[in-house]
Parts: sequence; C-alpha cells; structure tokens
Amino acid sequence: MHELAVAQGLVMEAERVAAAHRAALVERIVVRVGALSGVEPELLERAFQIARAGTCARQATLEFEGGDVEITCRSCGSHSVGVAPNRLICGTCGGWQVDVTAGEDLLLVRLELSELDAEAALETRSA
Amino acid sequence: MCQTCGCTITPENRHLVEAETTLFKGPRRQGPSTTVEVLSNLLSANDREAAHNRAHLDQHGILAINLMSSPGSGKTSLLEATIEALGDSCRIAVIEGDLATENDAARIRAKGVPAIQITTGQACHLDAHMVHGALHQLDLTAIDVLFIENVGNLVCPASFDLGHHLNVTLLSVTEGDDKPAKYPVMFRVADLVLLTKADLLDVLGDDFKVEAAIRHVRELANAAPVLTVSTRRTDGIRAFIDWIRDQRAARKSGAQQRPRIVRDELTAGRGAVAHP
Repeated sequence: MHELAVAQGLVMEAERVAAAHRAALVERIVVRVGALSGVEPELLERAFQIARAGTCARQATLEFEGGDVEITCRSCGSHSVGVAPNRLICGTCGGWQVDVTAGEDLLLVRLELSELDAEAALETRSA
Repeated sequence: MCQTCGCTITPENRHLVEAETTLFKGPRRQGPSTTVEVLSNLLSANDREAAHNRAHLDQHGILAINLMSSPGSGKTSLLEATIEALGDSCRIAVIEGDLATENDAARIRAKGVPAIQITTGQACHLDAHMVHGALHQLDLTAIDVLFIENVGNLVCPASFDLGHHLNVTLLSVTEGDDKPAKYPVMFRVADLVLLTKADLLDVLGDDFKVEAAIRHVRELANAAPVLTVSTRRTDGIRAFIDWIRDQRAARKSGAQQRPRIVRDELTAGRGAVAHP
C-alpha cells in the first residue's frame, strides 16, 4: 500500500504549483498513472482522500487520463497499443525486443487552481 | 556533508511543518480559476532526495545496489556469501530495511561489515528519505560498494528511487518460474535478476524451469542478465561476484549507472522510458 506515499507526493506537488501561482485552492487534479507504473488508480484515489486533508487540495477532485501501455518493436517497427503489462510482446512479429513508449508514467498532468493571488485576497478579507 | 548543504530539511519532511500553514480558514469566495499544465512526477519529492543521495554516493565513488525480492528469498544470505567472496578486494557497507528487528543488520555485522538497520514500522518499502538518514550514519569515505537490502516485497519498492545505481531482483526457485509475469513492474525495473537457492532445482524438477523464468523476464521487454546462484554450494555465487566486478569496472571507466526506476523530467515529459 505505497499509494498513500504516492498520494502525499501528489499533494506536495500540487501545493508547490499552487504556491508558485499564488493560488489558495486546488479545484481539480489530473494525473496519468500508467499500467506499468506500479500504482493502482483506485487505491491512489482512496489514499488521496486522506492525503489532501488540511491542504490547499482539500476540495480537489482527482481525475485520471491515459495510462495504457504502448510499445514499438525494434525488429519490425510496428506499434502496439493497450498491451498487457506482463506481456510486452510485439503484436505483429511476436518479438520481445521492444521500446515501451507509454504506460510507465506517474505524472501530475494539470491542475485547476482558484482563489488566485491568495495573499491579496487575504488582505481584502481582513480589511 | 549535510551540515554544509542544508539537506537535513528535505522536501520529504518539510511538508509536515508547512502543511498546516496552507490551510485557509476564510469563507469560500467565487473567483477566477486557471488551469496549469504541470507534467511533473508524482514522486518528485522522493526523486529529488534520491538524486541528492546519488550525488553523495557519486562524490565518493561508491557503487550502490538495491536488492529487492519477496520476503525469504535469500537476500541476507546472498549478502553474507558476497561479503565472504569479495573479501578484502572491496569495502562493503549494508543498509538493511525491515518492518521490525535488527536481526539482518546483526548478521551482516557478524561478518565484520558496517550495517545500518532501518526499521520501517508498517511501511512496505524504503524511500529516499529513509536511505538518506542511513547514509548519514555511514563513513562514506570507507565504502566501495553499498548494498541496500529493501523490505521484502515485490510490489512497492519498485516505484521508489533511493539514489542507488542498480536494481537487483531476487527470485528464489521455490517461488515458481512465473513470478516475473505476476509482478511485472518489479521484474521490469531489474538490472539483474538472480535465481536464488538454485541447489533446490534438482528437487523441484519440472516445478521450476530456468528457461521459463528467463522467458517471463524477456516478455517484460527486459534484457537484463538472469543468473542462477546458490549460497549453499562452493563457488555458487561466482556469476554474481563477476557481475559486481564488471559493474565496478564500468563505474571506474566513467559509465553513467542509473537504475531503471529513475524517471527524469525529460523522459517523463515525453511519456517514454526506452530501454538502453
């Protein structure tokens, strides 16, 4: 169950980006979790509910995009999509000498931020 | 080292202090929102600390090897035999990861080698921050090869860069030759696969076929060498010792050694990690 550690890493990255954009809240988080990344999206979703508490991502939704394994064969050059993670075999010639071109990602793709310029907003409120 | 570089406050522990400060208690206000493309790794904080560890190791010319396997596949026995086989030719240190007990570190120390035990509590893997703490307890000027014995687990350790150079994954023959197909991520990140307890192959007969184990590793598009070893037989780990010597030689000749686990920003952005 290392998904909690990954979820904490995700929240830290979101906080870092939010701070850099002077945003107080993260509304939406989009991640790409590849089938070969070693992380289970469903477990990450659950761990995220815990990790986001008390942070600027406390109301954020978590969405997943992509993640399928794609390979390109070094022998015949053909490209296979949606390959099983434990059988990275060329769909055309059956060779195993392939390059994995997608499916290993564990990426924070994009964030939707709000309450921009948080410091200014704080000053307005306290006035 | 870290008195000068200030790394004892790391991205890994800083959030514990700062998390509360980001808690915004005011009323919710409708305002403009913006979408930001990020494309950074979810484990960036760990990866940064791992890179920091690797820089310390590189500075001292240390080769760091991460041993991963299921519990009981013979990681500590392999280390004991390796320490004996390498003898005075190489100064070894070991970082041991377990949920509890100092047992493994005690076994290594009994061989006259410094060992730091990390007890992770309930954590299922080592991370770069834990290894960083252990590195501080070792005299890095007196080490040629550092072995990191990860927590026995074929799932989680595969995702965490520790700052080491090479991944070695053990598969004991009693576990079955299809283990690589069952745990593809772990066996895909291996730079070397060791089939351990090979002295039992005669007993197992058709229950474990070396060729089948190799085929399952290849089906993960992994060209890493697969070696058969036994700590019970004279000269039974020679192939592994030769591999270590080759890796040390490669290191001395300036080869860039990075475990497969490492995701750098460029490859992450492209979404591809090609095999060498």
